[in-house]
Amino acid sequence: MCQVDEEYNGQLEHRVTPRVSKKCVKCKENTAVLIIRAGDAFCRGCFKEYFIHKFRAMLGKNRVIFPGEKVLLAVSGGPASSSMLSQVQEGLSRDAPKKLRFVPGIIYIDEGGASGQSMEERERAVAQLESVFRATNYHYHIVHLEQVLSLPSSVLDAGSSATEKPQTGSSYKAAVDQFIQTKKNQHPDLSVENAQSHLSSLSMHEVENGVTSPITPEHTQALQKLFASVRTLTAKEDLLHTLRQHLILHTARTQGYTKVMMGDSCSRLAIKLLSNISLGRGASLATDTGFSDPRYGDVVIVRPMRDYSSKEIAYYNRMFDIPSVFIPGLDTKAQDKASIQHLTESFVTKLQTDFPSTVSTIYRHPPPSCSTLPAGSS
Amino acid sequence: MVSLLSLYLGGGAELLFGSVKEHHVTLPNQSEPWDMKQLLVWIRGNMLKERPELFVQGDTVRPGILVLINDADWELMGELEYELQDKDNVVFISTLHGG
Repeated sequence: MCQVDEEYNGQLEHRVTPRVSKKCVKCKENTAVLIIRAGDAFCRGCFKEYFIHKFRAMLGKNRVIFPGEKVLLAVSGGPASSSMLSQVQEGLSRDAPKKLRFVPGIIYIDEGGASGQSMEERERAVAQLESVFRATNYHYHIVHLEQVLSLPSSVLDAGSSATEKPQTGSSYKAAVDQFIQTKKNQHPDLSVENAQSHLSSLSMHEVENGVTSPITPEHTQALQKLFASVRTLTAKEDLLHTLRQHLILHTARTQGYTKVMMGDSCSRLAIKLLSNISLGRGASLATDTGFSDPRYGDVVIVRPMRDYSSKEIAYYNRMFDIPSVFIPGLDTKAQDKASIQHLTESFVTKLQTDFPSTVSTIYRHPPPSCSTLPAGSS
Repeated sequence: MVSLLSLYLGGGAELLFGSVKEHHVTLPNQSEPWDMKQLLVWIRGNMLKERPELFVQGDTVRPGILVLINDADWELMGELEYELQDKDNVVFISTLHGG
């Protein structure tokens, strides 16, 4: 049994501050500029390669994205989702070897109504983000959180899966073939390549880039009343997360997207994992923090940034000029103990500073494969 | 001797500095070279506009704030013991707002 005065000298792993400049552990030639995880020092070039490769490997290993599929990227403007956006651009660019093939769209949810920002601040943030989105040439949707109040309740129903999940090992190839077949049936005169250019030309000219209908002050007040009726910050954050999820889901369904990419980093997911246990959501840990979240049936949520720590993302964005916009949230400048989520974040971050394996330990055992869960069970 | 430093704040840390991201500071002369520990004390006393505990905790920065000195991780430079040189560029990025 553990005793109060048990000695742990030297047995717990502790970070040692290096005094001499180190060489990159990968190329062993250049001076290292960044330490990630528990002591791997990388030089700038090797870090960039590692970062880009990890994204592709993540998508390649978990083969859930089909070529030509419409994927909605949920971008909040923060560092992780901005980084995800730039990785998608990188992966889809013509000169990338083995380039990714899917049709991306972007969604940004303006939550200023809930976090008490003024209309001018919200418009300023939206304008900044719009300039970032326009530079990508992808179709984008700007949705205000107030619109969630007018969503039909059918958004809560799990849609049926677009494809049957084949049981055999060649499931990915079979799923892709089935997907292409379904698309062919919808557009009998278009092949996959034509479909891709057809969709992108649609988005450029015929469909207006989605800034949805402007909201009135009454809408904002109704939203603020909703949030004011929730008494604790913990519950407010949880409510905000749920409403955001529903809006994204609804947009994906109405605009024909079958996949949604969220930019949760591993640090954020580790915090979410612990917070969710405290909030009583232990049963859905696997779907809340795993790579793919199939509980909505027709729209699958994937988290390709799952293996990146906040530090890696912040460093990459700084070094390679990835634009991101800081938007204050519900818990900005809040006290440590203001909410369960905030307290957990403070706990994990503090522990991670002294024990760099904290996040990977919380997270180490991959959640049980979601395909083994019967549909409809939570 | 250190005279001019350029500081950059990102990731939301700028909120504590009047929402200004870029700062150029001239540190007062002193006999020993300035190190990061003293710089933090100086920043706390002279630049932080509010809520110092959200930036500095004890001797060092709050956990979750990434510090870069001349575009390199400060862990590789000795962290608090690093001695500042003239025209160094120090970056503080808060990684606490996920995105």
